[in-house]
Amino acid sequence: MSADRREWPLYEVFVRGKRGLNHVHVGSLHAPDDAMALRHARDVYTRRNEGVSIWVVRSDAITASSPDEKDPLFAPNGDKVYRHPTFYEIPDDVPHM
Amino acid sequence: MTTTPAEPGLEGRLQAGFDATIARHDRIEPRDWMPDAYRRTLIRQIAQHAHSEIIGMQPEGNWIGRAPSLRRKAILLAKVQDEAGHGLYLYSACETLGVSRAELTELLLSGRQKYSSIFNYPTLSYADVGTIGWLVDGAAICNQVPLCRTSYGPYGRAMIRICKEESFHQRQGYELLMTMMRGTDAQRAMVQESVNRFWWPSLMMFGPPDAQSPNSERSMAWGIKRNSNDELRQKFVDMTVPQAEALGVTLPDPGLRWNEERGHYDFGEPDWAEFAAVLRGDGPCNAQRLAHRRAAHEEGAWVREAATAFARRSAQEAQEAQEAQGAREAREAQRAQGARKAQAAQDTRPAGEGAR
Repeated sequence: MSADRREWPLYEVFVRGKRGLNHVHVGSLHAPDDAMALRHARDVYTRRNEGVSIWVVRSDAITASSPDEKDPLFAPNGDKVYRHPTFYEIPDDVPHM
Repeated sequence: MTTTPAEPGLEGRLQAGFDATIARHDRIEPRDWMPDAYRRTLIRQIAQHAHSEIIGMQPEGNWIGRAPSLRRKAILLAKVQDEAGHGLYLYSACETLGVSRAELTELLLSGRQKYSSIFNYPTLSYADVGTIGWLVDGAAICNQVPLCRTSYGPYGRAMIRICKEESFHQRQGYELLMTMMRGTDAQRAMVQESVNRFWWPSLMMFGPPDAQSPNSERSMAWGIKRNSNDELRQKFVDMTVPQAEALGVTLPDPGLRWNEERGHYDFGEPDWAEFAAVLRGDGPCNAQRLAHRRAAHEEGAWVREAATAFARRSAQEAQEAQEAQGAREAREAQRAQGARKAQAAQDTRPAGEGAR
C-alpha cells in the first residue's frame, strides 16, 4: 500500500448549536491532524450555520462503556427511586412545590 | 466485530436481544451485537448510498462552468458540495460497522460496489439541472425520508441530516424549471425534452418491483427498509403528477391516469431490461463516471500526501519545540537549584554574620 492509502486517523465531531447549549456529537471524519480535522468539520458539518463552536477529538482517545456492561453499570441506580422528586408525597395545596 | 459465542446458548441470547430491540422499533448502535448478515446488508446498502452521492456530483458538476448566471452558479456549487458532504456522512456511518474508508473507496473505484443507476444518464441540456433537482432528488427524498427511521442508529442520523438538505435541492430544481417555463418556447421545449428523458429513470430509482426484489423482505423485517419499492414508487408518482401540472409539462406515460377506486395514479411499467443493462454497466455513462472518479482520486493523491507530510512535519516541530522547552526549563531549574544551594550555604553561616 502506498503512503496515501494509509488511513488518516478518525476524529469525532461535536458542535455547539448556539450559545447556552452543550456541544453535541454530529458525526466523524478522517483528517491528517487536529487543525485539518477542525477545518474539515466546518466544511462537512456546518454548511448552514449549524453551530457557533466545534470540538474535534481523536476517536481512539475516547473511552466508552461497553454495551455488554450496560446492566451492571446502570442497574445500581434503578432501585434508588428516592433520587426522583416524584418519590415524595406533598399535599396538593402546598404551593410552588 | 461479532463476538464468537464462547458459551453455549450465548448466540441465541444475543440474537434474542437483537430481535427484541428491532421489535421495539428501537435502534441498533455500533457496539451492539448484530447478526453478520444484518451487518453485511447494511455495509452494502450504506456504501452504495455513499457512492451514489459521490458519483452524483458529476452529472450536475458538468454544468457548473456553464450555468447562465452567478446566482445559478452559486446554487449549483452549493448543491454539488452538499452531495460530497452527504457522501461523507454516509461513509462515516458505514465505517461504524467495521469497514475502512480505504476499502470503501477501493470498492467504488474497482467497480465491485454499485451506485444508483440514475447517475449513469448524461446531462445533455441545462434544463437537466432543474429536472434532476425536481425528479431525481424528489425520488431520493421519497426513498430517504423513511430511512430516517431505519433500525441502524448511525445510518438514520446521517439520513436526517441529508433529508434536511435535500429539500433545498428539490426546490431549487423546481424553481429553475418554473423560470424556464416562463421563458421562450425554446426554453419550454428544453424543459419538456429533459423531463421526457428523466421520468422513467427516476421511477427506476426505487429498484425492481417487489416481486423481483428478493432482499427487500428481509431488510423490512430488520427495520432497515420501512417501505417496499412499489409503495415508494407509487408515492412518488402521486406526489409528482400535480407538480408536473403546475409546471405545465407532461409526463411521458400514456398509461398515467387517476384511479378513483385506488385513490392513486395508475402508471406504466418502466423498462426493466434497460434498468438491468444500466446496473450491469451498459448504461450511457457508466464507464465515463468511473473513469472520472478514478482520475479525480489519482489527481488528488498529491493533496493527500501533502496534508500527511505537513501533519508529520508539524508534529515533529511541535515535539522538537517541546524538547527544547524542556531542556531550557531543566537548565533554568538547575541554575535555580544552584542559586538556592548557594543561598542555603550562606543562610547556614553562623547567625549574625550574613544577617541584614
